[in-house]
Amino acid sequence: MTSSTNVSCFHEARRVAIFGGTHGNEMSGVTLVNLWIQNGKEIQRKGVETKPFITNPRAVEKCTRYVDTDLNRAFTTENLSAPSGDDLPYEVQRAQQINEIFGPKGSPEAYDVIFDLHNTTSNMGCTLILESSKDYFNLQMMHYIKNAIAPDSCPVLLTEHPLLKYSTSRSVAKHPIGLEVGPQPQGVLRSNIFESMRVVLKHALDFIELFNKGLEFPPCTVDVFRVSEKMDYPRDTNGNIIAMVHPNLQDCDWEPLNPGDPMFQTFDGTTIRYEGAGTVYPTFINEAAYYEKQQAFVTTRRETLAAGAIKKT
Amino acid sequence: MKQTHRITIQASAKDNRKHTSKIWMEPVSLPALSRVALCGGTHGNEMSGVYLVRELQRQKLEKAGSATLTTVISNPRAVQVCKRYTDTDLNRCFTDAILSSPVTDATPYEVRRAQELNTLLGPKGNVGAMDLLCDLHNTTANMGLSLISYSVQDWVIMHIYRQIQRKITSAPVRFIVLDLPLADAYSQDSLGKHGFSIEVGPQPHGVVRADIFNIMKEAVDQTLDWVQCFNSGCAFEGGEVDNVYTFVKSVYYPRDPETNQIAAAIHPQLQDRDFCLLHPGDPMFLMFSGEILKYEGEEVLHPFFVNECAYYEKSIAFHLARKMTVTIPPLQVKRD
Repeated sequence: MTSSTNVSCFHEARRVAIFGGTHGNEMSGVTLVNLWIQNGKEIQRKGVETKPFITNPRAVEKCTRYVDTDLNRAFTTENLSAPSGDDLPYEVQRAQQINEIFGPKGSPEAYDVIFDLHNTTSNMGCTLILESSKDYFNLQMMHYIKNAIAPDSCPVLLTEHPLLKYSTSRSVAKHPIGLEVGPQPQGVLRSNIFESMRVVLKHALDFIELFNKGLEFPPCTVDVFRVSEKMDYPRDTNGNIIAMVHPNLQDCDWEPLNPGDPMFQTFDGTTIRYEGAGTVYPTFINEAAYYEKQQAFVTTRRETLAAGAIKKT
Repeated sequence: MKQTHRITIQASAKDNRKHTSKIWMEPVSLPALSRVALCGGTHGNEMSGVYLVRELQRQKLEKAGSATLTTVISNPRAVQVCKRYTDTDLNRCFTDAILSSPVTDATPYEVRRAQELNTLLGPKGNVGAMDLLCDLHNTTANMGLSLISYSVQDWVIMHIYRQIQRKITSAPVRFIVLDLPLADAYSQDSLGKHGFSIEVGPQPHGVVRADIFNIMKEAVDQTLDWVQCFNSGCAFEGGEVDNVYTFVKSVYYPRDPETNQIAAAIHPQLQDRDFCLLHPGDPMFLMFSGEILKYEGEEVLHPFFVNECAYYEKSIAFHLARKMTVTIPPLQVKRD
């Protein structure tokens, strides 16, 4: 790859937020953010205002994913511009409040960076979620984090897709980053998962500090998994699930799934195989929250993204 | 019922077998099990039991040999919303006191449902109750396959345990006994003349894992096989069963004195190590501050239900048990 003399300049990242409890039963983020609200020393960096924030306190209180509707799908233009009122679902009201504090989404006043902390019941390890393939700042940060935690891995899931769009809490910021760490059951706090998330965030904040000091980051490439297709469970005519993720696929997030490989197992023991055209890389395999969204797993395709050099303005 | 114990030495000089000693118990005969109940969804988000009961209903499985099989989704409202319960934990509502409490408009859903189930599957302690009741559960703890009951002297249950232990190799198999008199027995399995729970983990609540489902299915198949065998007159020899754990006490999460929030996670060296040995001085909790809290009891015990999601609201981090071996008598069905 030829090196470019073009350097993308970004403003200093002075306002950073760390969201926990966007889903009230994803405990690592809830616990970390509550800790940092009490004592934020660990997340302080010179020249950065880092604000830890519980996005869905009512859901956290009830230790449930959401109260009325999924907050992490609520930041649509329609919701954010709707006239405010008590008759709106709780999470829509909350989205409007969050947009006011950390946004407005799409405006120059919006927060520079938001990290949104999530857990999954899927065996996804420490996954970073990227919303735009053209966000060089985010790509450079993810490149930095991946190098910092090597030999441990940090897969990057790119959710940019022409049809599958979801309007996340973090999308209010100029540079939204999702942290999805698993496997962890909902409502449970596992020490190892908690510590992994803490370490990834430390490296992310280190990157921001270095960037703000004026360090130039040279061009780089980042291997990512781009979302492709949502795969539902096989269902009967009444919509009831008739099969489970096959034991051979269970826990195999990020591993290749080839045509002919076992995919589901019916309750009476029959194997249903993957019949796609080519090899895909499944993820979010058997995520508890996605049964109601008709998703057993999502397929991804591997891609290498290029990020140009960046430095602060 | 009194058992007579005799010690017999067996020797066989001819074929060089080692001398063995056996403790003999007097053979027991018990009435046939003509009515069997299988319950799933007692906690609405413990999915193996929900899907297994639904599958058996789809297959219209209504008999196990000469026994009738009744399958029940115990807490349909909780299953509908995929939550453990709607008002209160159904599986704590089967004490004599709660079952006989008067129903008013304020009575929680699960209390009413428990009384309904008592009519359907009980009445608890009564001759009309189900002969065998098996209640299906999952846990987020790494407990493999555990059978849970109130006694180690219910020979039907102990022989079922022994069969499951012998036949199932896909998971470790253990028996947990809660030492409580029948009146205080709070779980649904206490409705049956013979009752036990099958607990399989680890599985997140709200998720069905094929490997966990298959283990539960095997355990249910072995249970029904045993019942058929028993009813048709098989003689089950006596002997010893091991991996039996008696509940001793619960260990609670440490809390921050100011905020009352839970202040630690289960230590990584204890996480997923259900039924291991916990010695005085072993790490139990890793505080968020980094400090390690160690076990300070005097007795070496075995933790179980380590980091079970549903126990956070009860502040329970895990339970501790003592391990033992139980001698069981030969068993056969009573001939009229």
